Amino acid sequence: MDQILLQILNGLDKGSAYALIALGLTLIFGTLGVVNFAHGALFMIGAFCAVTLQRILNISTITIDPTKTDFLGNPAKIKTPVVETWFGPEMGASIIDWSVPLAILFAIPIMAAVGFIMERGLIKHFYKRPHADQILVTFGLAIVLQEVIKAFYGANPIPTPAPEAFRGSFDFGTYLGYEANAIIYPYWRMVYFGFSAVIIAAVFAFLQFTTFGMVVRAGMADRETVGLLGINIDKRFTIMFAIAACVAGLAGVMYAPINSPNYHMGMDFLVLSFVVVVVGGMGSLPGAVLAGFMLGILEAFASMNQVKAIFPGIDQIIIYLVAIIIILTRPRGLMGRRGVMEE
Amino acid sequence: MLKLNKRDTLLFVIVTAMVLLAPFLLNPFPQGSSMAQMFNAGYPDLMQRFVIFGILVIGFNILFGLTGYLSFGHAAFLGIGSYAAVWMFKLLSMNIIPALILSMIIAGIFSLAIGYVSLRRSGIYFSILTLAFAQMSYNLAYSVLGNPSSSYNLTNGETGLQLALDDPRILDGAAAANGALPVTKLFGLAMRDSYNLNVGGWLFTFNVGYYVAGILMLISFYVSIRIFRSPFGMMLRAVKSNQQRMNYTGLNTKPYTLAAFVISGMYAGLAGGLLSSMDPLAGAERMHWTASGEIVIMAILGGVGTLIGPIVGAGFNEYFKNILSKINDGVLHQWLSFLPDGLENFIVGILHYFVGKGWHLTLGLLFMLVIIFLPGGLVEGGQRLAKMFKSKKTDDESDSNNTPAE
Repeated sequence: MDQILLQILNGLDKGSAYALIALGLTLIFGTLGVVNFAHGALFMIGAFCAVTLQRILNISTITIDPTKTDFLGNPAKIKTPVVETWFGPEMGASIIDWSVPLAILFAIPIMAAVGFIMERGLIKHFYKRPHADQILVTFGLAIVLQEVIKAFYGANPIPTPAPEAFRGSFDFGTYLGYEANAIIYPYWRMVYFGFSAVIIAAVFAFLQFTTFGMVVRAGMADRETVGLLGINIDKRFTIMFAIAACVAGLAGVMYAPINSPNYHMGMDFLVLSFVVVVVGGMGSLPGAVLAGFMLGILEAFASMNQVKAIFPGIDQIIIYLVAIIIILTRPRGLMGRRGVMEE
Repeated sequence: MLKLNKRDTLLFVIVTAMVLLAPFLLNPFPQGSSMAQMFNAGYPDLMQRFVIFGILVIGFNILFGLTGYLSFGHAAFLGIGSYAAVWMFKLLSMNIIPALILSMIIAGIFSLAIGYVSLRRSGIYFSILTLAFAQMSYNLAYSVLGNPSSSYNLTNGETGLQLALDDPRILDGAAAANGALPVTKLFGLAMRDSYNLNVGGWLFTFNVGYYVAGILMLISFYVSIRIFRSPFGMMLRAVKSNQQRMNYTGLNTKPYTLAAFVISGMYAGLAGGLLSSMDPLAGAERMHWTASGEIVIMAILGGVGTLIGPIVGAGFNEYFKNILSKINDGVLHQWLSFLPDGLENFIVGILHYFVGKGWHLTLGLLFMLVIIFLPGGLVEGGQRLAKMFKSKKTDDESDSNNTPAE
């Protein structure tokens, strides 16, 4: 039992990332009808927002302290981060320590701007082109974004630690009455799961309970009629694109401590997120979330040693295998709607 | 000639001439000059890549160009072909003919299985299904089937599958006595052998491997022309323009699309086998989905659905990849030395991101520009230019034969 629980927990963090990216993809697909291959790049840009903020906070002034010497005997150079001189040493240190959560605030405007520019500058011109063209142009954009990041940040992963308070693991099992050391779980993954649950809930609440969300849902169902009612649906869809970019970006920001950001992390997640979207059902938001968590947990179960002893290497292919079976047996995915993407 | 009409014959003759004379055409600058180091492409390795990727993209074009099914997992067949060929070198003989035949057969079997499943869906679902299959093959080759300690090590994982001295090689007999690895050959001709011709300052290299691959490419090209002009090709085009209507007329399109998929998979297998024949080493990275993406890029750059487009795209992509990655800051400074120093440094500073290691960025941008402005690829660009010059001379007969059918 504790083994099963442990695997479910292990699947949650990856599942959350899949669910968040797939949610954004589905939002874009459902509103604009565009298959966005650059969505993984948005996730990656989010992670690099965390890196950038960390670097900005670590900008230091160098002072020479003549009383101390370094190992060569020269006067020691002491780096003081600018934030520490502004807010005092203790406050400054904790700001630097909390750079990843702070990067959420930093990332929201950046991701919204990136999303807005992407939609208005490029994707707008592709609504009337075939789906293949949309796939290809966003694929090209993904390559370009990835290479730009690589040019500025290099090809190596950049470690971006979580705040001190959330480093390390805790014994989750003891809270549930299992013996000690049965379920050891890292703090930050728990935070990540909680965070993504909040984001997902927020997106659903936004769509369900606000007038704006109502209009967007109406537009998803029948774009033309909403347009005929005198509502500028294009503008709202652009905003939805920016929101989807924010969701992907925030997923990336919070993922940075779990997996050090590198320039191809977006591409790695993208393929799986597509699989998630297809399994969940193209255009279905609950389907995307459900499939994201489901596949994440399945992957965790498949990487158990007991399972691997029976089917070697099953953990590498389980997601694709499940996706293929689901597409063939339920062509619309788990919760797909009728008439979406069925030419 | 060869049952081709006049225009196709002309095209085929031109391509044949270019392939046969490539060692001359690609070496326009004398040996040793600075221009030669930068722009000459007439060395065996690169020329082989031109024609092999030409074969690959010609095959991809039969699927994507004719039926409109965008496969995002074509590199899987390339990788499968490579592995099959290397296994043939290990087990049977260093002669490339059995290796190429096996790689086409194996790739054909795989594409039959993958195509049978994937073609049940169309549009974006098809792309994602092929992508999933390719990633699955990649993961299998990279880790599961490539674990050197297990008993079913088919791919040798990260290291890549390579020849060893103690391979059986049933037909070739015992390993060479001097302890060197045997080389791939076509009967008596080793693939790596070259004949060098010195004319004045020029050095022309005629490589056996290149000509073998080149002739195979010409055969592939000829087959693709025949497919394009056949009733079968017409059927595939009909699938592209409106599959539903085809189904309503009571015609089952599945066998046609599946046949196109298998043919293009076998083309990819042949290309993979050739890659292994030139350098008997097969790695899983050939199957990664970014490699599939590169095939798509080549096809789009050249022009999808045209005969010559795939060859142009493959050549263009490989050539510029090669040149761009050779240019570095020093070269840029040398070229721009006529500018004032500040401006020179500024321009070099900007261009720095687009050349050398940054060539991916340039190709990515170029790819986007082509999709946005030239959906028909470089071939369409050429046609537009030709038309501009024509219409200046005669304003009539402008676009009478260019309007789409609907």
